[in-house]
Amino acid sequence: MSTYLIGQKTCMNCKTLNPQLPLQPCRCILGEISNMAAHNFLWSLTKNCFTFGLIGLTVSDRYASIVPVRGSSMSPTFNPTTDSFMGSLSDDHVLMEKFCLQKYKFSHGDVIVFCSPSNHKEKHVKRIIGLPGDWIGTPMTNDVVKVPNGHCWVEGDNPSSSLDSRSFGPIPLGLVKGRVTHILWPPQRVRHVERKNHQKRHSPS
Amino acid sequence: MRRWGLLAKEALTQTLTFARFFCLFHVTNHYLWSPTLVFGPSMLPTLNLTGDVILAEYVSHRVGRLGPGDIVFVRSPVDPNKIVTKRIVGVEGDRVTYFKPRNGDSCHTVVVPKGHVWIQGDNLYASRDSRQFGPVPYGLIEGKAFFRQVWPPNSFGSLG
Repeated sequence: MSTYLIGQKTCMNCKTLNPQLPLQPCRCILGEISNMAAHNFLWSLTKNCFTFGLIGLTVSDRYASIVPVRGSSMSPTFNPTTDSFMGSLSDDHVLMEKFCLQKYKFSHGDVIVFCSPSNHKEKHVKRIIGLPGDWIGTPMTNDVVKVPNGHCWVEGDNPSSSLDSRSFGPIPLGLVKGRVTHILWPPQRVRHVERKNHQKRHSPS
Repeated sequence: MRRWGLLAKEALTQTLTFARFFCLFHVTNHYLWSPTLVFGPSMLPTLNLTGDVILAEYVSHRVGRLGPGDIVFVRSPVDPNKIVTKRIVGVEGDRVTYFKPRNGDSCHTVVVPKGHVWIQGDNLYASRDSRQFGPVPYGLIEGKAFFRQVWPPNSFGSLG
């Protein structure tokens, strides 16, 4: 990169007299090189951030993601202690897998995450009690409800403080966004989330 | 030894490039737009019986800019593995009057509950929609149709 002739003291690039030429490159060249290096660094940093953002979004959409559980409607499975002192730091964070959404095939006792039927922006975590075709007995009204095709009956493990299918009825399976398999945080509660069978369900025999 | 190292590095670069394209493809097809094939008699005469390729966009339903008259793709409440194409007739709070042509032309009025929409096919005689399975939760909406694409070629144009 010679912008100066041997023996000359005037930079051919910026046309100023520089006594240090030709032994050292002119300051204008050094400025251009460092500008280009900074530009390249910023550009590659942006590209890397964008790539990892895309990959993270794809993985969390198709395979699995980590969600915090708030509220005590699933005590003692999640959030067994109502600790308002620590706030959201003591919330259970669970691993939600999305492979079940390929065929929408669930089993009784699965813990699922679904969009609320009255507000699509909220997500709830409950356990599946009834699948299509099951008869569910509601002790409140002494009624027996049949779960329609394509729907499921969900209830929280803590019936006293849980807003679930006993209030809004069976929910379409299309609202389900994932199945909870493990608790990942806090570290002393890391475990696999088990399926639990419920007494209220009467299967078709 | 050095050849294995170079081979591993080459494999890693190719895998990363493939992952980049796959993720870009996924994000575009789920968050931006994608071509979709729709067929069936329930949206005649707007859409063809034997199939139309429509451009579906996935931005409107996330920002809540859907209203009556939009053609939307909805995951069926009776079978979550199927996606149906219908038109929004009423949103939450609307009073919808509909009639069932095969049920002795009985006429009903219903108020759409909060968080739900009422969808109907354009062809009332051959469409299974909210008249059969009731209002559907907004969370079941997957996307909105906004452009009829190249096939069939004589119907290129935007959908109202």
